[in-house]
Amino acid sequence: MIKLTPRDHQSKLLTAITPIIAVIFTMICGGVLFWILGKNPFEAIKLIFWDPLMSETFSDYARPQILIKASPLILIALGLSIGFRANIWNIGAEGQFIMGALISACIGLAFYPLENRFIFPLMILGGMVGGAFWAIIPAILKSRFNTNEILVSLMLVYIAEQALASASIGILRNPEGSGFPGSRNLNHYPSTSNPELIEGSGIHWGVIFSFLAIWFFYYLLKNHKFGFQIKLFGDAPRAASFAGLKTEYIILLCFSISGALAGVAGMFELTGPAGAITIDFNVGYGFTAIIVAFLGRLNPVGIFFAGLLMALTYVGGEISQFMLGIPAAAIQVFQGMLLFFLLSIDLIVKFRLSFTKQNFISRKD
Amino acid sequence: MKYIKFLSLISLFFVGIISSVFAADLKVGFIYVNPVGENTGWDYQHDLGRKAVEEAYGDKVETSYVEAVPEGADAERVMTQMALSGHDMIFATSFGFMDPVMNVASKFPNVKFEHATGYKRSDNVATYSARFYEGRSIIGHIAGRMTNTDTIGYIASYPIPEVIRGINSAYLAAKAVNPNIKFKVVWVFTWFDPAKEADAASTLIDQGADMIMQHTDSTAAMTIAEERGVFAFGQASDMKKFGPRAQLTSIIDDWAPYYVERVGKALNGTWKSEDTWDGLAPGMAAISEFSKEIPEKIRKEAQNLHDAIASGTIHSFTGPINKQDGSAWLSTGETADDGTLLGMNFYVEGIEGDIPQ
Repeated sequence: MIKLTPRDHQSKLLTAITPIIAVIFTMICGGVLFWILGKNPFEAIKLIFWDPLMSETFSDYARPQILIKASPLILIALGLSIGFRANIWNIGAEGQFIMGALISACIGLAFYPLENRFIFPLMILGGMVGGAFWAIIPAILKSRFNTNEILVSLMLVYIAEQALASASIGILRNPEGSGFPGSRNLNHYPSTSNPELIEGSGIHWGVIFSFLAIWFFYYLLKNHKFGFQIKLFGDAPRAASFAGLKTEYIILLCFSISGALAGVAGMFELTGPAGAITIDFNVGYGFTAIIVAFLGRLNPVGIFFAGLLMALTYVGGEISQFMLGIPAAAIQVFQGMLLFFLLSIDLIVKFRLSFTKQNFISRKD
Repeated sequence: MKYIKFLSLISLFFVGIISSVFAADLKVGFIYVNPVGENTGWDYQHDLGRKAVEEAYGDKVETSYVEAVPEGADAERVMTQMALSGHDMIFATSFGFMDPVMNVASKFPNVKFEHATGYKRSDNVATYSARFYEGRSIIGHIAGRMTNTDTIGYIASYPIPEVIRGINSAYLAAKAVNPNIKFKVVWVFTWFDPAKEADAASTLIDQGADMIMQHTDSTAAMTIAEERGVFAFGQASDMKKFGPRAQLTSIIDDWAPYYVERVGKALNGTWKSEDTWDGLAPGMAAISEFSKEIPEKIRKEAQNLHDAIASGTIHSFTGPINKQDGSAWLSTGETADDGTLLGMNFYVEGIEGDIPQ
């Protein structure tokens, strides 16, 4: 039986560099995986990590693309990290992402073809409200009926997906789209368009918004009372309640913040890179952001780098697919390894492993 | 630092040699919306087409693919990177790649794009699709002749023209040989979800259907049909393995001849943007071998129908046909025009139920 005992002294240095160690382990094991698949592992790792950033062929195009791919991941992960710090588990960011996009699409298309510069800000607001609304459902159910927020928020993803499918063949269907599912392209309609602001930089409003959010959350967690409250709530819920913190209040707030950010990420994705509501509009940002949040140590600056790294593995993963013929599933395994190694190394840093013959719970402890 | 530079120079040198030795005349990329999978399905059939291209042209053509590409921004990125890395031709094999294809094609006028099932074209974007509804006439005929309960179960994916057209086509063919025929349609709102498709098949069988048709990608319904002892028709690939007794025949997507032809045209410089909508005649939509469970006589009828549609003497939509609401659509002897078929959003008269909105 393996026994885990918390370490008295956790190495600060080790805690900080765990993500880097995890990346190195992932490269090694991923390399072995690619090798087993009959591909040159060095070539594969180079295509994934180096070529998008530095190669002559790809870098000019791929660098801004990494930013575009990372921005929704960062936005969603920032919101999730607030909840995760407080031990509140919102797993349904994917659904909130969809709902934010749906509500903002409804707002934007309701005005079509009116030209007005207030439509876009209104849609941002709509995205936040849509996401927050979807996130508040599990929060209320948890604080009222003590339901499990992990299950409820996850299940709501599937409901949101149905709503998305129904909207793309129903109320939001493009009247000029020859009966095919999917809405008008919002990126082609100036009032709702979220274009690249500086040619060739990849920066759109969503990217700027995520930069602002990083700064805001950094401040919130470091200097504001709320940052302390959620930390307290996560580490010592009983102490928090003695200190007069209302559980419902924290749960509601954490869920609505993460929902609003996921929703607004959906809005920026819809109006920019994706362009239109389609049946398969959501591509898993909400779930990948969970990895990003942990990879970034639930820290805003860490999340920024983790988001970029994750985006890099997507962009580089595609390159390795068509350059080297690595199957998509192998790339997903590779991305999964990242979280696996991070969590397992974390465990070893925080706990001492010892082997005992005892049954796993010893009463005397 | 010098050392690194030296090394990279050497490696560049070797890369240069290798690529110059293996340089193909034409680099062709494919993007698929789902993983290719083991042996059935939409994307698998497209990949068979890719392999046929490799086989046909050997060293002259190099192919590559990216699978599981989400429609939208990701597709645009993948195709751009393919174009950047020197691909001369790109096949985008899903409807949702349409806008991304148009965007990337405008940035790379020298790269030839082929988009499946879409309707937007430009100088370097061609479109192609198959008249699967012609195949559905044949399975409709077989089902209408063979059913004992006069009830056909139909698993439909999304209410889009392609799917509605298939239901109408199968219904008309079944109705022509069996006036009592009833179609029960279940909309599953997915292209691929084995659990949902299996549930839909069970529900339809519970409601008396003894023939199952599907417009979804998994083999789940075929498996259920085999278990429950009813008959079924496969989709996209031959699904005989999953229903050795149940499968009467399958509608096969066969892209290989088209891909080989188009790549050939790109090689000899005669490629130009066109719209292709081929059916049974060239075999883009094909019918797999008829099962021995189909009585000899019906097998012959089905083969005759196949040949007649392929030769153009019979059209799947030949009037008189009314729409579901009783309004006239095609007068006697009139055949449907492609425009109406491409945008079909109504049931023909006799089908019960509503198309979900």
